[in-house]
Parts: sequence; structure tokens; C-alpha cells
Amino acid sequence: MNNKAVNHGGIIILSSFAVAFILNMVPLPDNLENYRPEWVTLILIYWCLALPHRTGVFTGWVVGFLLDVHLGSLLGQHALVLSIVAYLSYKLHVRIRLYPLIQQSLIILLLVALSQMLILWISGITANAPGDWSYWLPSLTSMLIWPWVFFLMRFIRRVYGVN
Amino acid sequence: MQYVGAIAIKQLFDEDSSYLARLIFVVVFSIILMTADHRTNMLSGVRSLFSLIIYPLQTIASTPVDAGLWLDGQMNSHQSLINENEDYRTQNLLLKAQLQKFTSLQAENIRLRSLLKSSRKISDQMLIAETIAVDLDPYKRQIVINKGQRSGVYAGQPILDAYGIMGQIIHPGVPSSTAILITDPSHAIPVQVNRNGLRTVLYGTGAANFLEVQNLPNNADITVGDLLITSGLGGRFPEGYPVAVVKNIKRDPGQPFANIIAEASAHLEQSREVLLVMGLARETIEQEQEQEQEKEKDSHEQ
Repeated sequence: MNNKAVNHGGIIILSSFAVAFILNMVPLPDNLENYRPEWVTLILIYWCLALPHRTGVFTGWVVGFLLDVHLGSLLGQHALVLSIVAYLSYKLHVRIRLYPLIQQSLIILLLVALSQMLILWISGITANAPGDWSYWLPSLTSMLIWPWVFFLMRFIRRVYGVN
Repeated sequence: MQYVGAIAIKQLFDEDSSYLARLIFVVVFSIILMTADHRTNMLSGVRSLFSLIIYPLQTIASTPVDAGLWLDGQMNSHQSLINENEDYRTQNLLLKAQLQKFTSLQAENIRLRSLLKSSRKISDQMLIAETIAVDLDPYKRQIVINKGQRSGVYAGQPILDAYGIMGQIIHPGVPSSTAILITDPSHAIPVQVNRNGLRTVLYGTGAANFLEVQNLPNNADITVGDLLITSGLGGRFPEGYPVAVVKNIKRDPGQPFANIIAEASAHLEQSREVLLVMGLARETIEQEQEQEQEKEKDSHEQ
């Protein structure tokens, strides 16, 4: 029996976040821009569900902070929102693991939509808030793409023995 | 398996209360950070430090576009390259001819200004930079360029392309910088109508290439097709560069101001190469020095 409590695979977690950042940044044609799923949020939710003792509020905060630096938004805006998302994932993770995939996707929709709403609130107070219904499209596409993300990340986690 | 599961759940419940405490701490800290970033400029150093981490990711993210452009360049036939070269030669010749006239006009301008005892204007020095092909917030009009504080980039520095003013730098990082375009909804640039010198301010609308004039009354002397150039007021942008062309004017007698929409002259969404005005800060310093020298001379003569 392997009794070591060593944390394996930190590199894998970091690389998955790096890839999520890059996917968020890759330029898309203007009319497709709003269909981009929130890759970073999805990867964060996955790791919070899979490894709740390792990735949590602080991970969400750091990732959100880096997202703020990249997007040029207020420092702390995405950090705040993603730490809340991480906290909620932690609270829900015991139950979500048992849900069928479709129900999981609905929870993902709610989490991503919540994060978008919080960002909209903060933007509304400090800067110009976007007024389109197309602002919410990323939540939908994130929900649709969740099953693939889940299976891919689970495969990677098992192959590399991340714990 | 169940034994391991029970241990895991026990661990989680022990941490539960401290977890909420962590969240509250992080939320309060974030609110403090946001307030500091929104009201003051204290955090710009922090931002440029962390842009060092983001920069490699941005470079990787722009490789598809860069690779596509490189491939496009490789695919060009020999003949089309020769033709392009010829076009550039002729353009260059025409531009140089125009430039000769410009140099003499500039000299005449300096003479006339010194006759009127106005301060001398020095021509702006430019630094060439490239935009990094990454997408930022889709609701803000911002771009990332590949020059940073190492090259002397500072916050508020104007950027332009071959066709007009593009915007200004807001976050000078170390390897790269973020700039805001004139079409960003939170940007405003002081302009004047080229034809008659009427001064006004051009606001960004958030739409890709359009800006609006918000504060001209219905009877202002402005028409469709007027060129709006920078007026230099505010000291941010150098004077005389094209900004936009008036596209549409709606004069509603019931409204206090005319609804004027202008289209940006610069190719805001397409330009790969941009120019940064280097000399602006120096120009004002040299002006001040000259004015001081003038005052000294006057006091000596007395």
C-alpha cells in the first residue's frame, strides 16, 4: 500500500491552467468572440471538484488575479469571482460527483452564469457594463463543453496520477 | 475503499469552518484591491510585474495567427513579391516628394512661430511596435503591444498607425504593454475640425470603429465628411494628427446636442504595426527650458 501523502502532478494542474489561459486568449473572428467558453473557470471547477483538498479558494483567487492582469480589468475583480466559484464548487463537490453528466452540466451552467453576473455587477459599478444578451453566451457554451472537459481532465488526472 | 472515503470526508469536515473564513478573507482582500486599483495608481507596478507571467502565454496564444501570416508570406509567388516591391518603390518616391515640401513648410512654421514669440515645436520621434494577436475583454477596446518599459514606454503615451491616432498606453508592462483604443467607451480625445478649427471632444462608443461627439449644439458648424484632427489640448496627444471623419449627423430640434457619429481614420482592428510617440514628454521639457532661458535673457537685458 502506498501510504505517502505526497502531492503528485502539480505540474499537470499548472499546465492545464496555462492551456486554459491560452484558449481564452487565442484570437477568434469577431462574430465568434462571444461563443468562447470560459475555459479558465471550467478548469478551475474541475480541479476543485476532483481535488478539493488541494485546489480551493486560494487557487481560484490566484488564477482570477492573473486573469485580471491579462484582461486589463480591475485587479481583484475576477479574483473575487473565481474564489467564490471555487468555494461553491467545494461546497457542492460531494454531491456533484454522484450526479449524472447532464445534471452536472446544469450545475456548471449555474456556476458560470453566476460568475458572469458577479463580473457584470462589478463592471456596472466601476466601468461600462455590456448591455447585450450575447454577454451570457459563454455560460451556455461552457455548459455544452463541460462533458468533454470533464472526461479529458479525468483521463489526464488518472494517467498522471494527480492527487 | 470505504475506509479511505471516510477518512477523506472527515478531513473535509474538519476544514469546513476554516474554509469559509478563507473565503471571507479573500473576498475582503479583493474588494480592497479593487478599490485601490480603481481610485489610485498604486497597483500599476504590481500589474506590470505579473504581466511578466502572462506575456509568455500571450506569445504562445498569438502563434496561430503569426504562423498563418508567416505561411501566407512563404506562399507568395515570386512575381507577386516583385509587383509589391514596385508598388512600394513608387509610393516611397511620391511620399519623399511630398516630404520635401513638408520640410520647408516646417522650417517656415518655426520661423513664423519664433516671430510671434511662440515656443518652438519639435517634430515627434516615433518607436515602432507590433500588436500581439490576443483577444482581451470583448467589451473593452484594448490591445497588447510588444514593447514595454524597457523601451521607454510610459502610461498615457499616444499610439498611432499610418492612418491616424489609435489610442494611448494604459498599462506599461516590462516585456509588453496594454493600450486602450480611442473607440473604448471610457476614452475621450480632444479634437478640432480641420476645416474651421472648431474644438470638441471625441468619445469612444465601444463599437469597433465608431466614435461620437457628444457636446456640440445643433447649430455647430460641422458637416458629414469633416476631418477631425487632434487639437493637442490636454497635453496627451500631439497636435495635428487625423483621428476620425464625420460619418453621420442627426440634428433633432428637441435635443440640446447634435448626435454626431465619426469613423476612425486609423485601421483600429487590423493594424499590426503601430507607432508610439516618443518625444512628447521631452518636447514639453525642452519648451520649459527655452522659456526659462528667454526669461533669463530678458532679465539680463533689463
